[in-house]
Amino acid sequence: MLGNLIQQTVNALTIGSIYALIALGYTMVYGVLRMINFAHGEMFMLGAYVAFLALSLLVGDVGMSGALALTVAFLVAIFLVGLIGVGIERVAYKPLRSSTRLAPMLSSLGVSLSLVTGVQILAGPQPVAFPSFFPVVRYQVMGGTITLMQIGILIAAFVLMFGLHVLVNRSRIGIIVRAVSESRPTAQLLGINVNGAISMVFFVGPLLGAAGGILYSSYYGIMSPSMGAVIGLKAFTAAILGGIGSIPGAMLGAFILAFIEVWGTALLPIVTNGVLGTEYRDVLAFAILILVLLVRPAGILGEAVSEESIVYKREF
Amino acid sequence: MAAADTLAAARPPANRTISWLVFAIAIALIVATPFLPNYHVRVLNSLLIYILLGIGLNIVIGYTGLLDLGFVAFYAVGAYSYGLLASPQLGLHMPFLLILLVAACLGAVTGILLGIPVLRLRGDYLAIVTLGFGEIIRIIINNLDWLTGGPQGIARLDKASILGIQIARPIDFFWLLLITVLIVGTVVWRLERSILGKAWAAIREDQDAARGIGINTTNAKLAAFATSATIGSIAGAIFAASQRFVSPESFTLQESVLIVLMIVVGGIGNIFGIVAGAAILILLPELLREFAEWRILFLGLLMISLIIARPAGIVPRSFGPEKLIRGLFGK
Repeated sequence: MLGNLIQQTVNALTIGSIYALIALGYTMVYGVLRMINFAHGEMFMLGAYVAFLALSLLVGDVGMSGALALTVAFLVAIFLVGLIGVGIERVAYKPLRSSTRLAPMLSSLGVSLSLVTGVQILAGPQPVAFPSFFPVVRYQVMGGTITLMQIGILIAAFVLMFGLHVLVNRSRIGIIVRAVSESRPTAQLLGINVNGAISMVFFVGPLLGAAGGILYSSYYGIMSPSMGAVIGLKAFTAAILGGIGSIPGAMLGAFILAFIEVWGTALLPIVTNGVLGTEYRDVLAFAILILVLLVRPAGILGEAVSEESIVYKREF
Repeated sequence: MAAADTLAAARPPANRTISWLVFAIAIALIVATPFLPNYHVRVLNSLLIYILLGIGLNIVIGYTGLLDLGFVAFYAVGAYSYGLLASPQLGLHMPFLLILLVAACLGAVTGILLGIPVLRLRGDYLAIVTLGFGEIIRIIINNLDWLTGGPQGIARLDKASILGIQIARPIDFFWLLLITVLIVGTVVWRLERSILGKAWAAIREDQDAARGIGINTTNAKLAAFATSATIGSIAGAIFAASQRFVSPESFTLQESVLIVLMIVVGGIGNIFGIVAGAAILILLPELLREFAEWRILFLGLLMISLIIARPAGIVPRSFGPEKLIRGLFGK
C-alpha cells in the first residue's frame, strides 16, 4: 500500500512537472498579451519532432554518440522551437495586436492547424517511436517502483523552472516582462521595449513547452503530430486552475491537475462503488476546474481580474 | 438633426449590384441543387447544418459578446435526442416533428443549466468553463454505454418523416434544412432587432453600463444561452436524422472551434457573415478534396491571412439582411 502510494505520487509528480512546463507558456503569453495561445500545444509537439530530427542527424551524420548526442539534441531542439515561437508571433499575432481580443486567439488556431498538418505532411500522420533519453533503471523504494527516467524528468523540469524563476524575478529581462505584464500601456509610456518583452515571452514559453514535449515523448516512448492537442488542453486547464497570468499558479495548477488525474484514476471506482470508472478521470478534472472557477473566478493563485484588459480592448 | 442628415448622406447607398448578385447566386444554387449528384447535395446539407449552428452560436458570441467554446454540447443533445427517441436503442420510435420539439426544449434547458453557473464569469474564464462543459458532455456520452452506445454510437436510426412525407434522400434534407435555416435566420435576425437584441448588444459593449441603465443582464444572458442552445439542438436532431447514425466523434472540441472560426472569419454578429464563413471553411475543403492533407494546411494558412487581412470578418457588419432587402427592392 505504501509502495503504491509512493509510486503513484512519483507518477503524479512526473506528469505534473511536464504539465507545468507547458502551462508556463500559456500563462506567460496570457500575462503579457491577455491572449490564449491555442498553438502552444503544437510547440510541445514540435519539440519532440525537432529533437528526434536533431538526434538522428547527430547520431547518423555527425557520428556523435550516447549521452552527449541526447543532451545536444535536447538543447538544440528547445532553442529552435523557441525561435519558431518568436517567428510565429511576428507573423501571425503581431499584426493583430491592436485588433479585437478574439482575433489573435483565432489566428493561433490557424497556426495550430497549419503546424499539425505541416508535420503530418512532412513526417507522416502515424505515431513514431521516440528514443528514451534515460537508461532504463528501476529503483525499489519501500515496495514502489521508481524509474531513473522519472527522476531525470523531475530534475530537468525543476532545473528549467528554477531557471525561469531566476530569469523572471532576478534579471533585467524579467523586470521588463513583468512590467509589460502588469500594464502594457504604462510600460510603453515608460519607454520599455514592449516588443522585446513579448518576443522574450514567445521565446521562453515555446522553449519550455518543447522541453515538456521531449520529456513527455521520452517518458511514453512515442510521438505523433496530434499529441499537442490533448496535452495542450490539459496544461491550459492547469494554467487556468492555478490562475492564468501567474507563474507560480501555473506550476501549482499543473501539479494539482496531475494529482487529481492519478488519484482520480485510482480512487474514482472505489469511491463511487464502480459506478464511475477511470474513464471519468477527465470529467473529474474539468468538474474541479469549473468548481474552482465558480468559487475563485481568477483561479487559485490568480489576482482578481483587473478590468484593464476590458477597458483598453474590446472583447470581440 | 444636421448631424443625423450628414450621417445619412455619408452612409454608402444600398448597393444594388452586390445585392442582386448575392440574391441571384443564392437562387441559382437553390434551383440547381435538385439536379446535382447526391454527393454534392450532401456537401450542401452539411453547409446548411453549419450555417444553422453558426446562427445559433452567433447569438452568444456575436450579439452578446460571450465566448462559448462548448457549443457542440447542445448539438450533441439534439443529435442524441433523435438517436434515442427514434431508434431500436430504447425501442422508441417517435415522430420526427415531436422529437424536434423535444430536442428544442432539452436544448433550451441544457443552455440554461450551463448559463446559470457561468453568469458570473467573463471573457476567457467563460471560454474555458464552456469548453470544459462541452468536453464533459462528450466524455459522458462516450462512456454511458448502456444509454448512448458509447464510442460505437447509435446506428439504424429511423427514417424521418413529416406529416406522412418521408424525408430520406439528401435532396429532401436539403429542402428541410433550407426551410429551417430561412425560418431560424429570420427569427434570429428579428430577435437581434428586438428589445432583447438591444439588451444583448448593450451587454456586449459594456456589461456594467448595461446593468446601470436597468437591463436585467442575468435574464438577457440566459435568454441568449437558451436561444442559442435551442438552435444548436435543432441542428443536431436534423443532423442525426440525415446521418441515421450518431456517435461522440461528431461532437469534439474541434467542432466547437470550427463554428467559432466560421463566425469570425465570415463576419462576427452578421448572419450573412456566417454563410460566407461556412462556405469558406466547409465548402473549400470539399472542393480541394483531391489535395488530401495539403488542403488542411492551406485552410490553416488561409485562416491566419484572413484574420490578419480582415480581423472583423469578410462580410462587413453593415451588410446584413436589411441592406440586401434595401438593395433589392428599396431605395
